[in-house]
Amino acid sequence: MHPISRSSSRLCECLRLVLVIAGAGGALVFTGCGSREQAESAAQAAPKPEEILARTPEVHGVEVKSVELTRPLKQDWVAAGRAIYDGKCLACHKLTGDKVVGPGWAGVTRKRQPVWIMNMITNVDVMLEKDAEAQKLLEQCLVRMPNQNVTVEDARKILEFMRHNDGES
Amino acid sequence: MNTRTYVLLPAALAFSGAAFFSGCKPKQVVVAPVQSGVAEKVYVAPGKHDEFYNIVSGGFSGGVAVYGLPSGRLFRQIPVFSQHPESGYGYTEETKALLNTSYGPQFWDDQHHTSLSTTKGEHDGRWIFANANNTPRIARISLQTFRTEEIIEIPNSSGNHSSPFVTENTEYTVAGTRFAYPLDDEGSSPDVPINTYKENFKSTVSFVAVDPQHGRMNVAFQVLLPGVDIDLARAGKLKSHGWVFFSCYNSELAHTLLEVNASQKDKDFIVAINWKKAEEYVKAGQGRKSRTKYCHNVLDEGTHTATSTVKEEVIVLDAAKLPGIAYLMPCPKSPHGCDTDPTGSYIVGSGKLAALIPVFSFDKMLAAIEKKDHEGEFMGLPVLKYESVLHGEVKKPGLGPLHTEFDGKGFAYTSFFVTSEIVKWNIQTLQVVDRQPTFYSVGHLTVPGGPTTKPHGKYAIAYNKITKDRYLPTGPELTQSAQLYDISGEKMKLLLDFPTVGEPHYAEAIPAALVAPKSKKFYKIEDNRHPYVTKSEKDARVVREGNVVRVYMTAIRSHVAPDNIEGVKLGDTVYFHVTNLEQDWDVPHGFAIKGLGAELLIMPGETATLKYVPTRVGIAPFYCTDFCSALHQEMQGYLRVSPANSRVPLTFGLGDTAK
Repeated sequence: MHPISRSSSRLCECLRLVLVIAGAGGALVFTGCGSREQAESAAQAAPKPEEILARTPEVHGVEVKSVELTRPLKQDWVAAGRAIYDGKCLACHKLTGDKVVGPGWAGVTRKRQPVWIMNMITNVDVMLEKDAEAQKLLEQCLVRMPNQNVTVEDARKILEFMRHNDGES
Repeated sequence: MNTRTYVLLPAALAFSGAAFFSGCKPKQVVVAPVQSGVAEKVYVAPGKHDEFYNIVSGGFSGGVAVYGLPSGRLFRQIPVFSQHPESGYGYTEETKALLNTSYGPQFWDDQHHTSLSTTKGEHDGRWIFANANNTPRIARISLQTFRTEEIIEIPNSSGNHSSPFVTENTEYTVAGTRFAYPLDDEGSSPDVPINTYKENFKSTVSFVAVDPQHGRMNVAFQVLLPGVDIDLARAGKLKSHGWVFFSCYNSELAHTLLEVNASQKDKDFIVAINWKKAEEYVKAGQGRKSRTKYCHNVLDEGTHTATSTVKEEVIVLDAAKLPGIAYLMPCPKSPHGCDTDPTGSYIVGSGKLAALIPVFSFDKMLAAIEKKDHEGEFMGLPVLKYESVLHGEVKKPGLGPLHTEFDGKGFAYTSFFVTSEIVKWNIQTLQVVDRQPTFYSVGHLTVPGGPTTKPHGKYAIAYNKITKDRYLPTGPELTQSAQLYDISGEKMKLLLDFPTVGEPHYAEAIPAALVAPKSKKFYKIEDNRHPYVTKSEKDARVVREGNVVRVYMTAIRSHVAPDNIEGVKLGDTVYFHVTNLEQDWDVPHGFAIKGLGAELLIMPGETATLKYVPTRVGIAPFYCTDFCSALHQEMQGYLRVSPANSRVPLTFGLGDTAK
């Protein structure tokens, strides 16, 4: 058994392509792959959530480029998201802020961009390879977050459930 | 590269096919050069893939092994007829039923031939069929999961050797009796003296229908034959579609010292079976319903669980009483291989003791049947005249021809056991065009797609019985071996030796492009219908049902839930139903518990069950056996076993709930 996905190099190639396209279109701003310096400086001075939001370089993969959030929450998505959470996420993520295998989910939608969350679910191998924040979490947790083969549509429902968990309505 | 490598070459081969060796390995050897540059032809760089899958019988290992070509790298051992501790096959509650037979569970068998499913005579990349020789059975293996999905026992037979070769569209996979014997039929008397062989011992060939959609097997009918030993088989194709050709030996009907007594006659037979005619008889109700017992074991994809049912009836057609089903073609010297060429026009017989290869013509056979061109009768079956059905003989090709494969370019490749070589010859002209030695004593050989209407050619692989000095010695028991030859040019070139699992008999090779894209990566947890599945860690639990304790356990990197269990007592039977919650490729989890000599190896999304009967009071640790993450070592837990009369309540937990 190999802890590192065999498909990650192929995904990286795709990623580079997306970077080029996204850069040309100007739809998103990337500062490139998270460097070691960035990771280290981030680790030294634990920033406030809003600071992370403002300056964390996000490197997304092929799956999700933008997410539209609407209010009020779609309650059917919240329910569906909870059901998926029960089967595919709960074993490692609690709904409180407590870390078990991975970080607890309380407050996650205030700390992270929706696009970051979506890619962490649907495109985790690329995130762990390229995204400094994801790498930082791996350093803390030491277990690679599994690719649970969640579709983009299902990931969006999980996000809705996370927003619900964070008190949005 | 100027380096010259030297290999041993049987000296006599350089001169003629008349060379004779008294042992299995040549005594006289000379040194012959192997061409330089061959390494590049078999080198598959790290991270690159092979061009072909080679699906090789595992012989007395009871399974099938999968190699890459041209590298010869071993990818997988597929357990089929034998228990396989590495994967839990035959140990788990889900797979035990696959090994059921009417003789009870069989934990070993002898696996000889593989046959890949075809559509219109061409590889379709769906299934592998595999035979069990000892307790007659045929297995169907999925080429999506590389797992055994079904095993059917063959009633009224023993020594299922001429099996599991498929017909053109996989309408049937066939079976046949190598050790003639009194039938299992309730109406017959199996308790007879052995020396009543001629009256009481019979053979059958079975046609096992394959459902075109799901591959499910069913013994459609059997053809009753005299007590000859049916040896190998090939289906007709294209013009000969509708026929299957079986070789046989022991037309002497000997029952002792067959080595001598079954080698008396100058010719035995190739039995040509017209299965379309047989189907007509079945449809017309001409078959006898034989009361017998045989097991049919099927793995359900949704529940990941095999079930076994006992069947009690099979239709038998007596070839001696129902004309038009079976014809005998005389074939010299105890024929073994019986192979049809890609056009379906020619049937190549290979007499183990012969110094020639007879090639029969399908057209001439039909004409001889039409004209009743018989040279006599054998136990009620018409024997066609040898000269009338013969396309021609390959003269002095070598000694002891065994098997023939085809390249689709008009050439045949025959293995020679006694003279230890592969001989290439032209099917039309019957002229030998090349010969290359094998090391040593080749049995079967493979050309990718060789038995189909469209061979892929490119390579021939020899499966050798003896390796002697070819590898580093490992005590008295040496590895079995295959050898890869490049057949793309006029002359065959030896490229590679590679060791094999068990004794390799027949194998088929198929282009990776027909198989790899369809390979299953994991089982979708949503589709898991196992009766004891746990789809969420919050549902992980332990339930007592009288003396049975069921643990509904989940596994994900890197913990199981629950991991603390108390309240199990001596006298209980514990079932660990472990569901792997991972949904990514190549992330199995394992499970084992102290004091039980078996493990689970659970694929992502799968549920597997280990039965555990505690034998002593105390704490039994359990853990994950397949390295799954940096914290794999921590993937462990404890089961407390208390005395039978204890009042320890049944509790379980993980983390906070276990404190």
